[in-house]
Amino acid sequence: MEESETDLLARLRTGEEAAFEDLVRRYSPRLLAVARRIVGTEEDARDVIQDAFLSAFRNLSRFHGDAKLSTWLHRIVVNGALMKLRTRRRKPEESIEPLLPAFLSDGHYAERFSSWNERADLSLSRSETREMVRRRIDELPDSFRTVLLLRDIEGMDTEETARLLDTTPNAVKIRLHRARQALRTLLAPHFSRGEL
Amino acid sequence: MTCRECDEFLSDYLAGELPAEVVTTFETHLSRCRNCVTYMEQYRETILAGKRACEAGAADAPPEMPEELIRAILAARKTIQ
Repeated sequence: MEESETDLLARLRTGEEAAFEDLVRRYSPRLLAVARRIVGTEEDARDVIQDAFLSAFRNLSRFHGDAKLSTWLHRIVVNGALMKLRTRRRKPEESIEPLLPAFLSDGHYAERFSSWNERADLSLSRSETREMVRRRIDELPDSFRTVLLLRDIEGMDTEETARLLDTTPNAVKIRLHRARQALRTLLAPHFSRGEL
Repeated sequence: MTCRECDEFLSDYLAGELPAEVVTTFETHLSRCRNCVTYMEQYRETILAGKRACEAGAADAPPEMPEELIRAILAARKTIQ
């Protein structure tokens, strides 16, 4: 049976060497996956994880158990990953406009949508479909991809996402909507054909 | 309400954050516009697809934490006082 977070935290606070190793082994795989999703490269993700654990060790005395230990570590990693994205040499971001729905002058959609041949939730039981979706998410421009990841995947709320991205809640809502619209456009050819 | 306006309210509608009076107008539009209903279904499936694709990440490629990285983290910890 897995040790409770409370017990692990108590051991960490006594400075028990094995407790630090237990912490890293228990949480790092999932946190590495989170970092990979945000920064996109293995090397940067590893840097983020290393820095995040060192930051957690340094600040352990300030952790008062208001949140779960896993949630606290998750926030440190997300924050670190976003900082890594910001410091990376940035190329001009591609416009998301071509991936958004077009409208006629009377306000109707320019496109006539047909139901997808295969329901996405059913085809997602296949690993190749899940891999395809992750690749399409990676194709979104960074400023939209990060909002989608934080809100829809990492489960953060609008206010926390806005704070992490140093923007307003309204900007987060708009970007999230655009990101979902763009992802829909990217997924449509796959789900319309029903081949995945 | 036009399809364009309906599109802008979509996210708030699905999040249950649309004011009641707008919900009525929104749903009236949906009851008359098959194209918007289809778009909303796909938008909803897109959100689900993103969640499922990433949640299932562990099953697709078990995240491996390289042993050398674990060792490096633990070694660096010893330098923290």
